[in-house]
This record gives sequence, structure tokens and C-alpha cells, in this order.
Amino acid sequence: METLTRRTFYSAVIAGLGGIMTAALAAPAAAYLFIRPKSQKQSDFVPAADLSQLTVGKPEEVVFRRTRTDGWRVVNEKSTAWVLRKDEQTAVAYTPQCTHLGCAYHWDEKENNFLCPCHTSTFSIDGKVLTGPAPRPLDRYVTRIEQGKILIGTEIQKS
Amino acid sequence: MKTLRAVIDWLEERTGVESALKHFLYEDVPASAGWHQVLGSVALFGFLTQVFTGILLAGNYAPTPGDAYNSLRYIVTELTGGQLIRGLHHWGASLMIVVVGFHMIQVFLWGAYKKPREATWIVGATLLMLTLGFGLTGYLLPWDNRAYWGTVVTTQIASLPPGAGPYVLRLLGSDGGSIGAITFARFYAAHVLILPPLTALLIALHVYLVRRHGVTPIPGDEARPKKKFYPEQVFKDTFATFAWFAVLMGMAIAVRVPLGHVADPTDTSYIPRPEWYFLFLFQMLKAFQGPLEIVGAVIIPTLAIIALFLTPFIDRGKVIRVRQRTGAISLVVLACLGWIALTARAVATTPPSTESPDAGLALVEPWQEIPADQLAAIGAFRKDNCGNCHVLGKSGAGPDLARAVSQKPSDWLMAHFKQPAPNVATQLKNPELRGLVAFVTKRNDEGVKAWSSASQAAVEGAMVYQANQCGACHKLNGAGMQTGPVLNGVADHRTREWLEGHFADPGRFSPGSTMPPYKLNSHDLDRLTSYLMAIPK
Repeated sequence: METLTRRTFYSAVIAGLGGIMTAALAAPAAAYLFIRPKSQKQSDFVPAADLSQLTVGKPEEVVFRRTRTDGWRVVNEKSTAWVLRKDEQTAVAYTPQCTHLGCAYHWDEKENNFLCPCHTSTFSIDGKVLTGPAPRPLDRYVTRIEQGKILIGTEIQKS
Repeated sequence: MKTLRAVIDWLEERTGVESALKHFLYEDVPASAGWHQVLGSVALFGFLTQVFTGILLAGNYAPTPGDAYNSLRYIVTELTGGQLIRGLHHWGASLMIVVVGFHMIQVFLWGAYKKPREATWIVGATLLMLTLGFGLTGYLLPWDNRAYWGTVVTTQIASLPPGAGPYVLRLLGSDGGSIGAITFARFYAAHVLILPPLTALLIALHVYLVRRHGVTPIPGDEARPKKKFYPEQVFKDTFATFAWFAVLMGMAIAVRVPLGHVADPTDTSYIPRPEWYFLFLFQMLKAFQGPLEIVGAVIIPTLAIIALFLTPFIDRGKVIRVRQRTGAISLVVLACLGWIALTARAVATTPPSTESPDAGLALVEPWQEIPADQLAAIGAFRKDNCGNCHVLGKSGAGPDLARAVSQKPSDWLMAHFKQPAPNVATQLKNPELRGLVAFVTKRNDEGVKAWSSASQAAVEGAMVYQANQCGACHKLNGAGMQTGPVLNGVADHRTREWLEGHFADPGRFSPGSTMPPYKLNSHDLDRLTSYLMAIPK
């Protein structure tokens, strides 16, 4: 074992104290950058459309307003979803971005599928990938049906 | 170990980094070098910490008036570690003044500014000015009352030099003496874009000059063998830096940095005061009034700064031992005593702030922001057990009133509230019925949140407020008349005892008041006073 000389003692203390100070700054910095804000709003369901106004089997782009916390601001902004009424009681709401690179897609009436213009991914009416580079089916908002209205939540289901 | 050696050798061959580091660490220092010379290193690490915490703060900060306050509030209330990081930056700035102050005193006492080290001193004095510049510009950035009014005074002082004044004001973005978006942008730009690189550059130059001339020896050093910078002096520097860091961390954890209300240019009650290290100037100004003001505000500080820069040319004697420098020691003692006396006088003569230093940190709950009639309506709803059938958030025996405002006509609602079901009658009085109708048809999201979260004491306070028709003369949370004063933020300038006494006998507390006396029982008095004291500005 190395004998403890004055020199090795100094070197060890320099490294040790330096390490403590670095860690004491790095730990709060990491918490500050990576931990989510404390009171992020829990999922809010907002009414988007009356089921009776939608046609069964035909997706519609539905526009609704949602209040969202954006850092220190609370913004009330426009949101959209492609809503498909499946029958009298159920509907699904697809998020409006292609699962490939986030472009806005649309319903192609003639081809009877969703078409993303960026890289020509196509999706079936059930959201399944038909052609193109999209890696997974369309994402869906969590929804609820209440008193004939479709309510859209903030959570997104990926498959 | 072998791989590490190979990597270092590779780097050394290409960049020379290892020999440069060795050259830096194995510098000769005089035999007398020791603990008194650690302060420069501490100041350097202080600067690096300020840069680090400053960058972190900037990552969640919106540098515009208004948003600056909201984003800072978000940092300290919403983000984990946000309060700590702001604390490190705030107290790090104060400690920086302490460290560079002592560093300068040490260099002065030891006569380390003498030939050939005059340039090192001048660069150091410039760095002191930049440090004060950081303090002045950073003071505005929280955009609370303290920041705003403190900067109003600063810019007014800056406008005093004859001839140059208006141009200084324009440069500070404060044309006409007002502080707004432009001033804010100028201060922010100076604080994060101009001062940091300039300071870093001058620190590099300062360290280079220290290295070029070597650490100042004392008489007798030439006969003794020189030491190496590493490891003994580096150990002392590191140890001192660690002690400084421990104090800083302790302050950042234990002492909460104030955040007042958002800057309010119409607030006439706020008493501005500068940061503690400028209090002596603030106090000195009081001694110079009228046409003499410029003497205290501009002439004396300018002369002092010139004298500081010219120190090495005023004192041109040879370096002698500290203990023999009686003149220098007396000067430092006198300056320190003067500084302490002025600062103490400033602290003693400034009246206490009317605003709680933490006013901006208190979380505002929804019930504190809705008008009293709405909160009282929540009280009526609770009083008559409407919640038995109407459960908030889900449909029960009655519909969920939280989902949407009621679409029923008001005469239907009035009748329903009087007699909600066959053979069930409520005890609600007419004003309460009308309040409830207004609430269920007009309330917003805040109202719904208050509905489920307001404490019973607060609700009762609002009911007393409504029953006594306080809103006929007073405005609160945007509702009511303005014959009397607005009641928002009344707790900032009145005590509980004052309010309670005032209800019983207004004329005794505010002479000339037209408010009639209100004889409330002790329960109602307590509820009403607590309620009013809880409503923020």
C-alpha cells in the first residue's frame, strides 16, 4: 500500500472536494431539467362533437378548443382530431399526425383511406398501415361518450 | 490505466494539453504564498457557478416584462430544484461581492498592485465594476415590485450627469424615465450577452498577468526556496473554495430568495431599496439634496472609482511587509467603518416593506380569485345540502352541475332552489337564491374549482360579505362598486386588528370615512376578516 505522504493527501482532498462540489451542482441541475413540473394538469375531457352529427363509417376532421398548460402559460387553443363514428354508441378519435414523421394526414374520399402527403403513407379506416413508411397504426386520443357527445381526453394511446 | 496513458499521449502529441497543464500546475510560487492568496481562485469558481446556474435559469425564463415574473414564479414553484438554483444564483451574486471585496482588500494591504503589477490591478478594478454591473442589471430581471422600483431609482441616478444624462437614459432604454420593455431588453442583453463574455475575457487576462509577473513575493522571499503551485497552494485554494461553496449552498437551501408581487408601476406605497451592497450609496444620497444631489450621486462615486484605478500610481513605494503598511491599513479600516456606518444607518432608517417578501410565492387558490357573490353562492349550495343530489364531477340523483353551466331559465331555477323536490323546501333567502341562480348560469372553470376546493371558513366569510352588502361600496376580485377602496390585497397594508376595529368604528380608524359601523358577532367578524385578508392583489 502506498504510504500517505503530504502530497498524496493534498491530491486526494483536491479531488474529493472538487468531486463533492461538482456533484452538489449536477444533482439539482439534473432534477431541474428532467423532473416534470409539479402541478401538471391531469387529463381533462373536452366535448368535441355530437355523435348524432357524425355519419357512421365516415371519418370527419373535428375541431375543438382545449385549455392547456404550456410552461408558465395557460393557453386556450384549437385542436383537431379525425373522429370516426363506429356505430350508435362508439367512436374513435385519431390524433391528427401521421405516425411516421408527424405530418398532417387527411381522409381520401376516393381511395377510402387516410393519406399522408409527406411520404405517401396510407392508413385504413381502422388506422392500420396500408402502405408507406409509417411504423405503426394511427395514434388515438382516449375518449368517452357521454349524453350523445364524444369527449376527447389529453392522453394518447399508441399501438 | 494503459489505455488512459495512450489516450493522454495521443492528445499530448497533437495538442500539448498535458504539458500545458503541467506548466500551469508546477508554476513557482514564493515561499510566503499561502492562505491569504486563495480569494482570487474562490472568485473564479464563484463566476463559473454563476454562469452555470444562470444558464439553467435562462432555460426556463422568458425575458420580457410580465412573462419574466410568471416564468420565474414557475421556476421556483413548479420545478424541482428551481428554488435551489435561483437561490444559488441570487446568493452567489451577493457572495461574489463579498469575495471580490476581500480579494481587493488583501491585494491592497499587501501592496500587490505595485510595479510591475499595475495592469493586473487595473484589470481587477475593471472586473469589480463588471461585477457591480451584473448586480444592477440582474436586479431588474425578476420583474417584481422590488426589481421595478429599485431600477427606477437606478436609472434616475444615471440620468443626473449634466449633459450626458438624457443620453444615458436613452441607452438604458428608459427615455423619459419610464421602465418598460426596452429597458428590460437592454438590461437582459447586458446581463447575459455583454457582461459574461467581457468578464470571462478580463478574468483570462487577469490570470495571465498574475502568471506573467508571478505571485507577489514579500521582502525576504528572495532568500528562501520557491514552492510549486501544486499541490499545496491548489489544496488551500480548493479548501477555501469548498468553504465558500458550503456557505453558498447553506444559504441557497435555508434562506428563501424573495419574490414579491409582479411589478406595478401604479403602486404608490412601495418603498424601493437597492441590494445590500449598494445601500451605502443609497444612504449617502440622502445627505445631498437639491442642487447638491449630483455631488453624492455622481461626483463622489466617480472620484472614488478614479482613485481606485489610479491606486498603483498614487502609491509608488517599494513593496514592504503588511504590518508596516500602517497608512494602507488605516485607510481600509476607515473605509470599512464608513461603509458599515452608512449601511447600518440605511437599514435603520428605511421603514419596513409594506409587501411581504414572499408575496409572489404564495399559491393562489381558485376561491381567492372569484368574486364574493360566487363564493357566497357556493356557501348557499352547501348550506342547504344541494350536494346530496348534485354531486360535482358525476351524475347522481341530479345532473352534474360541474360539467356545463345551467341552461334552465332563471324563474325555473328560482322555483327549483326554493322547492327542489315535492315536499322539500330550502331555507335560502331571496338574495341567496338570486346569487345561486347567477352562479349556476354564469360561473367559469375557476368557479367550478372553487366549488369543490374552497374551505368552509372562506365560504362563510364570503357569505358575511354578501349579507352585509360590502360590494355596494367596495370592489373585490373585479366585482362591486368603487365608492370605497378596492379590497384586493388589503392584507398588504392593514393588520387584522386594524380591520376588526375598523368594522366596528370606521371613523376612528380612517377619519372622514363615510362607511357606517358594522356590529358583527365574533364568529362573523372572524370569518369576514380572514376572508378579506386572504384575497390577493
